Amino acid sequence: MAIHADKNPNHPVENPPNPPLLKGGFSSSPVEKDTSSSPPFEKGGQGGISDFSNYTLPDEHGHFGVYGGMFVPETLMHPLEELRLAYAACCADPNFQAELDADLRDYVGRPSPLYHAERWSRELGGAQIYLKREDLNHTGAHKVNNTVGQALLAKRMGKTRIIAETGAGQHGVASATVAARLGLECVVYMGEVDVARQEANVYRMRLLGATVVPVKSGSRTLKDALNEAMRDWVTNIDNTFYIIGTVAGPHPYPMLVRDFQAVIGREARAQMLERTGRLPDALVACVGGGSNAIGLFYPFLNDREVAIYGVEAAGDGIETGHHAAPLTAGRPGVLHGNRTYLMEDANGQIIETHSISAGLDYPGVGPEHAWLKDSGRASYDAITDAEALAAFHHLTRTEGIIPALESSHALAYAHKLARTLRPDQNILVNLSGRGDKDMHTVASLDGLVL
Amino acid sequence: MSRIAQRFQQLQDSKRTALIPFITAGDPTPQITVPLMQAMVSAGADVIELGVPFSDPMADGPVIQRATERALAQGVSLTAVLEMVRQFREHDGTTPVVLMGYLNPIEVMGYAQFAQQAAAAGVDGALIVDLPPEEGHDLIALMKAQGLDLVYLLAPTSTAARIKLIGDVASGFVYYVSVKGVTGAGHLDTAAVAAQVGAIKSLIPLPVGVGFGIKDAETAAKVAQVADAVIVGSAIVSQIETLAATPERIPDTIGNFLAELRQAIDAVDCSVTSRAAE
Ligand SMILES: Cc1ncc(COP(=O)(O)O)c(C=O)c1O
Repeated sequence: MAIHADKNPNHPVENPPNPPLLKGGFSSSPVEKDTSSSPPFEKGGQGGISDFSNYTLPDEHGHFGVYGGMFVPETLMHPLEELRLAYAACCADPNFQAELDADLRDYVGRPSPLYHAERWSRELGGAQIYLKREDLNHTGAHKVNNTVGQALLAKRMGKTRIIAETGAGQHGVASATVAARLGLECVVYMGEVDVARQEANVYRMRLLGATVVPVKSGSRTLKDALNEAMRDWVTNIDNTFYIIGTVAGPHPYPMLVRDFQAVIGREARAQMLERTGRLPDALVACVGGGSNAIGLFYPFLNDREVAIYGVEAAGDGIETGHHAAPLTAGRPGVLHGNRTYLMEDANGQIIETHSISAGLDYPGVGPEHAWLKDSGRASYDAITDAEALAAFHHLTRTEGIIPALESSHALAYAHKLARTLRPDQNILVNLSGRGDKDMHTVASLDGLVL
Repeated sequence: MSRIAQRFQQLQDSKRTALIPFITAGDPTPQITVPLMQAMVSAGADVIELGVPFSDPMADGPVIQRATERALAQGVSLTAVLEMVRQFREHDGTTPVVLMGYLNPIEVMGYAQFAQQAAAAGVDGALIVDLPPEEGHDLIALMKAQGLDLVYLLAPTSTAARIKLIGDVASGFVYYVSVKGVTGAGHLDTAAVAAQVGAIKSLIPLPVGVGFGIKDAETAAKVAQVADAVIVGSAIVSQIETLAATPERIPDTIGNFLAELRQAIDAVDCSVTSRAAE
């Protein structure tokens, strides 16, 4: 794609910080330099990392500083190594990239538009807000960018069965969709609580031919669905490909999901330059596991003047303890194969989370976000259920766009941020999904049963 | 020599196969765990694996998941489990106790704290399901410094290179997971297990225990023919579950079950020994 000239000489567009192809991060040498000169895990400071041009994290064992890694039972170690090698081979294969690009264009509908929410911006009375319209993708969210990529990988590896975990159901739908297209068996694990609150998506998955298994263990939400999917994978490793839906899990998942989602940021960066002649002043994205956020952030990491904000779910409020904001209010630990910030009790047990949006209701977060937080390159804050709902209604009424409740957290934060900026400044918000799946939830708050 | 190494040495000298039961600490009540451990020793357990409850037991099947949930409902923490071992040690100085669990509770306690407190309580080793050697350097060093053994899982998917890698850090014994799957899974293929145990023994010098899929005296006897230790978990824990309302009956019931397994294993050992003597 032809990209208009950048007005800022410090940011030659011809030479973006990351190669436009998938970047697997297989060379580890610059990593040591990065991490040893300024260990991101020394808390409190800014980390002092000023040069992201050689950013190649994770290292070959999947570490982002102290985060990430491969904390899994022995049975999975070799299969994960096979996956890493298969992915490396795909990254090096132009045919794979061409096939992926064609699928993203013809099946997903990329590039997704960049939309200037002029009326909403005017009402907020501050910065201009631009929306990256991932809600317009096939299946209605960013999730499909990743499932299309992983499905191609599964096909290359000769796997005949797909499994996935899902919270809001968006990743489950996106997995069932690609499985239907490739004629693969598909089993989706979903917490019983989420099955109840995302009925429409459960029905969509079944229409697509997937088996939806309600998970009854633990808190019966996304984290338990992930446990159950891991158990399935350990058992059926020979023919099964596990499509993880976010940048969590053991290496290489956080890396490969990020690489597949980074198309969001690559497009958006070029679109902002083309539209406004410069980079945005700030990026805002919601963070559940963190895949839509890292997808937007990653290609901007070396653009130091671009402020980066990740938005977690504050639920009833951080002070109530009923939330899903590990970066804001948690601490580091190990869950689901990686070290990251977690919501846990004093004994290291994972605690139940709360958010109005099923897709953010997760006690962990992708390890790269943990690293970006400690390094100071990105800031993380949280938005309550009530604030997200207000933004949901506000955008719907002023722009005619019904956002997903997850994305509404990013919108609510952008709303606050916009008021602190000037009208000639620009905020780029990732509108990660559309709100159709949330009609039941929102209607029931209005006392309606659909 | 560690208590675990000593125990395996004795077993080898007398040509016997070890019986290693697994229970989840605090299931169904914290009060029953120490008496249950004692009953298992009386019934012929050689080493005890004590599960440390964790909220997200990703490698466990439904039976042990539910045991974990019962224990967590009683607030059983890693600290509480160490206290149980300390109490057990007041009356038993010889039976090795291996903790089995997940990394996060140890991570939160702190590696140095854990190694020091586990050793002080009389723990002999730990099997940390989600800590492969690649991620374990710091904890391994701290545990070794306290004389604690590190027991590792080996799986049907472990390559020769991985078996060697694990052999370099493991001590006490290794635990071969006989099926691809979670605890409580499956169906044991004795011939395949025998081949794999042989392959492991050709690569590393440690005793090899076999677990997953051992349900009764018959399967225990089959495994005893090929392994240095027979490890039984879900079959015990599901009996505990049926007695959850009457915990006082658990030590006797489990003791009787283990005695049956012991007998079956000893019968195999005897025939193997006499054959060898011919
Ligand atoms: C529309 C939408 N946005 C965001 C998320 C959160 O996931 P992540 O943080 O991985 O982007 C979800 C998850 O289901 C989602 O459906």
